[in-house]
Amino acid sequence: MASDDIWILGIAMTKFGKHSDKDIVDLGSQAAIAALADAGVTMADIGILAAGNLMGAGAGFGQQLQKQIGQTGIPVFNVANACATGATALRTAIMAVKAGEARMGLAVGAEKLSGAGLLGGGGTSKKSGNKFEPSGRFGSVLPTDGRIGTDTMPGTFAQVGMEYGHKYGGVSFELFARISEKNHAHSVLNPMAAYQKRFTLDEIMNDMMIAYPNTRPMCSANCDGAAAAVVTSGEVLRTLSKEQQRRAIKVSASVLTSDPYQEACQVLPDVNTLTRNAAIIAYEQAGVSPSDLDLVELHDCFATAELVHYDNLMLCPEGGAVDFFMSGATWRDGSTPVNVSGGLESKGHPIAATGIANIWEVCHHLRNEAGDRQIKDAKVGLAHVIGLGSACGIHILERSGL
Amino acid sequence: MAQQIPHVAYLELGDSPHLVANECTTCGARYFDRRNACAKCFNNDFKKAAISQDGILKSFTIVAFAAPGVPVPFVAGIIDCNGTSVRGNIVDCDPTPEKVSLGMKVRLTTFSLGTDEDGTEAIGFGFAPA
Ligand SMILES: [Zn+2]
Repeated sequence: MASDDIWILGIAMTKFGKHSDKDIVDLGSQAAIAALADAGVTMADIGILAAGNLMGAGAGFGQQLQKQIGQTGIPVFNVANACATGATALRTAIMAVKAGEARMGLAVGAEKLSGAGLLGGGGTSKKSGNKFEPSGRFGSVLPTDGRIGTDTMPGTFAQVGMEYGHKYGGVSFELFARISEKNHAHSVLNPMAAYQKRFTLDEIMNDMMIAYPNTRPMCSANCDGAAAAVVTSGEVLRTLSKEQQRRAIKVSASVLTSDPYQEACQVLPDVNTLTRNAAIIAYEQAGVSPSDLDLVELHDCFATAELVHYDNLMLCPEGGAVDFFMSGATWRDGSTPVNVSGGLESKGHPIAATGIANIWEVCHHLRNEAGDRQIKDAKVGLAHVIGLGSACGIHILERSGL
Repeated sequence: MAQQIPHVAYLELGDSPHLVANECTTCGARYFDRRNACAKCFNNDFKKAAISQDGILKSFTIVAFAAPGVPVPFVAGIIDCNGTSVRGNIVDCDPTPEKVSLGMKVRLTTFSLGTDEDGTEAIGFGFAPA
């Protein structure tokens, strides 16, 4: 192994779901302590902590975590990047190790969202008094959400999927529902998922409509959870035990992008260009092509989003996402299994934890430790996450082969 | 006649209501909000550009579940107005997948959003099937 390679030495996630007896710091601590144990190290070995929580913990989540798991005086980076917060924490720890500023780094993401309801929407609230006065960047005299389009997440991502349909054709309510059918079917094998219920296509299509064409089971599930990872360099890994080297997972690519200017990007968020840009860099860094991937965990915050990312991640030819999905390629027995964890629609989406938990899923398969849902002989996997606003994190992971 | 005020500053009222963008004088990128500089080329000089009232619907969703106080269902859409993308609701049309379709032709329309305590009427905009 090359000295400057980056390795995941240990990684852990809590079960996603409802944890009414735990607060955000409890969940983060549980994941961090488990990741350290998985790595076979302690907080004394860690040179940098990067931590993220988007809602609820208040300022200094990383320092709050240290108070519970070990105050060693190391630098803490509190990070926030919407739904890409976890991946951003990991990327921060990786950059510190890569720069030679730390021998080992710990990244943690934790969130409590059970019962949070609809995310996004509401927009600018009107100040008290009943007089029209222009305010904000649009000079609006009344809230714009619901009057000039929608700010809700289900509605925004519904439009992302429908826009793909306008460009390339072939989309329908049923097509998007079938994507959700796949992910819920996969979840049955994942005991860490918030929901492990298989739905029929009819059940999905006849469930409560949230924002056409997304019904309730086609939306990511708000839940509680945390995930954490310990990263180190090849130079350090060489000094560790054979067992640590065998279970370590190589980070062949670690990429974070934001959305570059595109026509329309300030009218409807563009989640496509930054994903494609990150994917191009990641495949180049890793020396891997999409056809080499044994599994992919991608950001299916809504069924409509999963479709466009087949294309953005270049798992299919440009414009070919519908045919690619309908061929069965992305089911767990297909050529490119996507979201064998059940995805965000069933595993759940505790925002700041998601960008590390998807990497945990891929690592679990690469270590051949995924039990009933193991993708046989998995060697290379990709994890993708999007934070609206926007940020995209992509990691390509490979088993050590030792 | 009671005074009128547009819902947003980029809606121009009058005989032929239309939207007005801030157009970058260097690269032509168009924006509807107050600008500090151009996101595409970093220039900070803008001029006003009238947006076509006609367009085609390039994406939509029918929102059935929204924040408190937002009436549902409604159709939120992205309209391609002769090369400039605009966000707006599709109005004067049943909010059902049978009535709304990708690629449909639409045209800007305006309507009252109510009056304030001074009797000033807010005028909003949407896009109706053309
Ligand atoms: Zn410009």
